[in-house]
Amino acid sequence: MTEYETREHDVLVIGAGGAGLRAAIEASGQGVSVGLVCKSLLGKAHTVMAEGGVAAALANVDPKDGWQTHFKDTMNGGKMLNNWRMAQLHAQEAPDRVKELERWGAVFDRTKDGKILQRAFGGHTWKRLCHVGDRTGLEMIRTLQDRGVHQGIEVYMECTITELIKDGDKIAGAFGYYREDGRYILFKAKAIVLATGGTGKAYTITSNSWEYTGDGQGLAYDAGAELIDMEFIQFHPTGMVWPPGVRGILVTEGVRGEGGILRNSLGERFMFKYLPEATRNDYAADEAEAVTWVNAALAGNRTEARRPPELSTRDNVARAIYTEVKEGRGSPHGGVFLDISYQDSERVKKKLPSMYHQFKDLADVDITAGPMEVGPTMHYTMGGIRVDAETQMTRVPGLFAAGECSGGMHGANRLGGNSLSDLVVFGKRAGAAAADYAKTVPSSLKIDDKYVKAAIAEMEEPFLRKDGKNPYDVHKELNKIMGTYVGIFREESELAIGVAKLEELKEEIKKAGAKGSKAFNPGWHMCRDLRNMMICSEAIARSALSRKESRGAHSRLDFPNTEKEWGTKNSSCSKDENGNMKLEHTPLPEMPQDLKEIFVKKEPVNA
Amino acid sequence: MPDPTNPGRQATLKVYRGTKEKGEFQSYKVPVEAGMVVLDAIHYIQQNFDPELGVRWNCKAAKCGSCSAEVNGMPSLMCKSRMDQFKHDEEICVQPLKTFPIIKDLVTDVSWNYEVNKKITPFSPSPDADWTIYQEDIERVQEFRKCIECFLCQNVCHVLRDHERKDNFMGPRFMVRVAGLEMHPLDEANRLKYLKDEGHIGYCNITKCCTEVCPEDIHITDNAIIPLKERVVDEFYDPLGKFIRGLLGGNKKKTIAAQAQPVSITPSK
Repeated sequence: MTEYETREHDVLVIGAGGAGLRAAIEASGQGVSVGLVCKSLLGKAHTVMAEGGVAAALANVDPKDGWQTHFKDTMNGGKMLNNWRMAQLHAQEAPDRVKELERWGAVFDRTKDGKILQRAFGGHTWKRLCHVGDRTGLEMIRTLQDRGVHQGIEVYMECTITELIKDGDKIAGAFGYYREDGRYILFKAKAIVLATGGTGKAYTITSNSWEYTGDGQGLAYDAGAELIDMEFIQFHPTGMVWPPGVRGILVTEGVRGEGGILRNSLGERFMFKYLPEATRNDYAADEAEAVTWVNAALAGNRTEARRPPELSTRDNVARAIYTEVKEGRGSPHGGVFLDISYQDSERVKKKLPSMYHQFKDLADVDITAGPMEVGPTMHYTMGGIRVDAETQMTRVPGLFAAGECSGGMHGANRLGGNSLSDLVVFGKRAGAAAADYAKTVPSSLKIDDKYVKAAIAEMEEPFLRKDGKNPYDVHKELNKIMGTYVGIFREESELAIGVAKLEELKEEIKKAGAKGSKAFNPGWHMCRDLRNMMICSEAIARSALSRKESRGAHSRLDFPNTEKEWGTKNSSCSKDENGNMKLEHTPLPEMPQDLKEIFVKKEPVNA
Repeated sequence: MPDPTNPGRQATLKVYRGTKEKGEFQSYKVPVEAGMVVLDAIHYIQQNFDPELGVRWNCKAAKCGSCSAEVNGMPSLMCKSRMDQFKHDEEICVQPLKTFPIIKDLVTDVSWNYEVNKKITPFSPSPDADWTIYQEDIERVQEFRKCIECFLCQNVCHVLRDHERKDNFMGPRFMVRVAGLEMHPLDEANRLKYLKDEGHIGYCNITKCCTEVCPEDIHITDNAIIPLKERVVDEFYDPLGKFIRGLLGGNKKKTIAAQAQPVSITPSK
């Protein structure tokens, strides 16, 4: 039998972005042995690409802010489909988590009176995003990384997990390989925290990196957990559209937070006409009011003026841009114009340095001199592994999930800035709960050799397929299906075709082959990654087909309205006894009365 | 979308294929699109010719520092290396970073860097610190914290690249990290002895090669290394000045803040 290394930890954390690092720090702080596995080098996880900021109601800039308003904004942004308890914990605990980051060495931009500076973002009533220019994620991951390396956490870099292994119904370990040389490794663990991020690589145009192949969702699904709300895919409204090589790369919402204006090819500031009736009163009525708001923000003054329409929620802005382009009012390369060049150029470079360089170096566009061209890009999966709100445990005992791979927190649409806060709030909770759980588990967990053998066999198989298909071709096919049939706007007939085509593609995945050696072989890695992407894609397509309404990021052309009855249901995908995907609609947990009142009261809720 | 200045252009890439022990350059013809970068060309090769071609990358937007390589001899991020900077008939040679052992193809073993990082005393604020901090007090620290750990500075540093002193020298990346900690207004640890005796900051003879290749435009030499060298000199080679500062009762951070203009430095051996 092929050899493999065996390591043992009380808690194994899979994924080393913000959530994984925060979970590992918390668990190790409780005195248990912690292993941290990541597919890339430490510090390169997707968190590093987060730009705009971390949302926390510190009320440093807008003193009226408080957790209730943050909670209300989050639920409204998620079209009330969020798990209310997660949204509440998130809003209540985010300020402490941000202050904690500062005490661990994060250096946030400051207000004039020496506090953490906060900027405006889509869907947030007040200026709430703590930030470092437009590289907030880098600041966070480096802070957590430097904190973590001094805590005795064992880090396994460039290591991919391919299987979770249970003893009876309980988690007992995980199996994987080192990317460097392909050698296998078995982890024995009493508790496992999944923090693997999203599944953007199921789409062609995405802001996500190669790592985003839905590993945590795939592993959890195979281990018996549920995937909820998978139909809700966030298309970020502003990705780069030109040149082709950078299509999809993120343009931070911070550009709009700093006053960036969206216009179509006719020069119209079109967002005014796309504001939903329910929230129209929260936004400026005309350009003059928007200008007043921006001028006050630039000067650091307070104002009664309402925020510009560009700061509507992401789902709404993405649909608006898509519609403008489709109706023939797009920019030359199929996007719209985003303009910040009317502001002082030195200030733009200071507040948005990465954007300045990104456009200058990659697209020959000086954003201080003219507008950018932007269009929607697949950015985030709101749905994910169903977890308990307090502990982040899945329905598989000993299996936890935090961050983007988990579901419930963001409902039907995530607000910008709520992801970085989600990572640290629920990363900490998952780490603590996993450590607590591990302490209760006797060390007699067994790993049946047959699971290890099966895991090895699966990984060896692509090399045995002599005329195997190029895994990258299969990946392109998957991207095509998702982009064509399960995109921003959806309808019954297309989704049904999508589901059928995915079913056919499952067979092709089984034919994908690898060549060469096991040493750092991306083609071989892709063969396994495809399986996770397929599980996620199928869950996305089936859930989207089943939800016969439009809500948040899920836009059905054939069911354009938001329906009250659908507002009480989550879609949930799990594996049935025959290995097929089972889709159910489960009741949304009901919010207690005291929280319901937050939505009834008129402003201000935190006076 | 073809390159508008030269539709149908095909670029020739010579890419290192192999391991530490054995390898060779292999040539590939890749169609060039407008705005294409070298990393796109590498991906094209991977997807169409050689799925086993080893390369690291993540963000493709110069934010993660994964895709460092030497492109026609120039250490750079492949995601930032535009194909249109090369002449139409110019061969583009892509090889792994020289300073680190090759694992396979363009992938090198950079784990040494992570070991160095562990030795640096972490951020150490006082428990009763006042967290009111003004923007002007952190500007320079924020410059150092832009580092994306691409390790290009480590790759070009003579001490590491030519003299192979990884056993005894921390390299520019970690001087930048130490500078970010030492210059944090609320940090109270002292890393000067470490800089001198273990990091061997004295080995750096300020040729500024690191600064030149930094994709984040961090002024590594001027803003991080030279001020740290000054502090080391003040601490260990200027006993009189240290005595006077002690009499004046300045604590570590205030003493440093009160220092005058930079002085010219003769690098110590």
